[in-house]
Amino acid sequence: MTGNDDGTAGQEESVSFAVTGEYRAADRRASWKARWGIGRMKMRIKPGLYALGSPDPDSPVFASANYRLSFDALRTSVKGDAWLLVLDTKGINVWCAAGKGTFGTMELTRSIMESGLGDLLSRKEIIVPQLGAPGVAAHRVKAYTGFSVIYGPVRAEDIPSFMAAGKKAAPEMRRVRFGFADRMALSPIELVNFGKYLLPAAALLYFFGFRADAMLTAATLLSSTLLVPALLPWLPGRAFAIKSAAAGAIGLAAAYPFLSQDLFHACARALVYLPVASFIGLQFTGSSTYTSLSGVMKEMRAALPVQGVSLAAGLAMVLLRRFI
Amino acid sequence: MSLKYLKGVATLKLDEAKCIGCGMCVQVCPHAVLEMSGRKARITDVDMCMECGACAGNCPVEALSLKKGVGCAAAVITGLIKGTEPACGCGEGGDCC
Ligand code: SF4
Ligand code: SF4
Repeated sequence: MTGNDDGTAGQEESVSFAVTGEYRAADRRASWKARWGIGRMKMRIKPGLYALGSPDPDSPVFASANYRLSFDALRTSVKGDAWLLVLDTKGINVWCAAGKGTFGTMELTRSIMESGLGDLLSRKEIIVPQLGAPGVAAHRVKAYTGFSVIYGPVRAEDIPSFMAAGKKAAPEMRRVRFGFADRMALSPIELVNFGKYLLPAAALLYFFGFRADAMLTAATLLSSTLLVPALLPWLPGRAFAIKSAAAGAIGLAAAYPFLSQDLFHACARALVYLPVASFIGLQFTGSSTYTSLSGVMKEMRAALPVQGVSLAAGLAMVLLRRFI
Repeated sequence: MSLKYLKGVATLKLDEAKCIGCGMCVQVCPHAVLEMSGRKARITDVDMCMECGACAGNCPVEALSLKKGVGCAAAVITGLIKGTEPACGCGEGGDCC
């Protein structure tokens, strides 16, 4: 089957490894694990040239990252015989690797040269996922290798229609989406990242008798990692720091009725927990598909000091009440 | 509904005089920020630009320019701590950025 994980499978003696377009239970498990951040190191595919079905000199060539999920999406979406050229992106998906430049002009050039594709094909042409474009300069690849780069659709599932239309992508296939399902897929990673600190913290607070704070800590974790992606389009503002503080406020509002706190304590807690939610929610800028570096820099310059001051003020209020 | 990020921060610039109208930038942009208008490219809504750099990198005549980067808070923080440019700290991960 695939040359996966440890790179054992595949036929080493031929120029290319053989793969099928089947999606199996093991592939589904790998996808689930990746989402929760388990064993990401094992998500590598051996770089090189793969034969999907029985390709000939007229079959299309598709480039991919050596991240298992990118590769699986490609090999299961291409219907028909094809060559798959897997670049060494250190196990990182196409888009992230393109941002870093590991999925890029040089690696693509190197892979094309090493694969011997030039002699295998009747026409020098390679289909590169559009999300790889930030790292690839098509005209340079052409100059270095003689291969024309054709940018394929954003989503592998659109490959059949792209091929049927004579390797042309409709405008809709060229746009990234960021729908509900896309956003929720980002949630588990943040839940794990911050849960590993905040859940033990909540347990400790509970253990030492601060039951209200244990509950508010948990509410903050859930609202900033689940509500932020779920409600993103409807949360107020454009800045993630503000959207996330709003999500945090929803979490606190939901928890407050269960706690018997006076106004002073309620305000102090808001000053403590809202900046935490705001900070955690800011992390979604990284996986969101529409945030720019200039924008993130701008909002962080404004948000981090406010978050810090708010947190300090809230903690001071809590302590003040305790000792006076 | 398409989500829009902060207004007036994207650094994308198009030098129309240089543009030869090849249409490459229109093809690679994941947010339809660019379109062809006659024989030249045109920026539609610059606030939709995520500064991925795909358009500029694929323009054969360098008609497009921008400060390319990944809009990632974690990367900005890593950059601040190390005193470097924003650096994606996700290392060997898969769905990190
Ligand atoms: S930098 Fe990326 S998002 Fe911005 S216009 Fe260019 S291709 Fe589009
Ligand atoms: S890629 Fe460059 S030359 Fe081609 S249309 Fe865009 S701006 Fe013009």
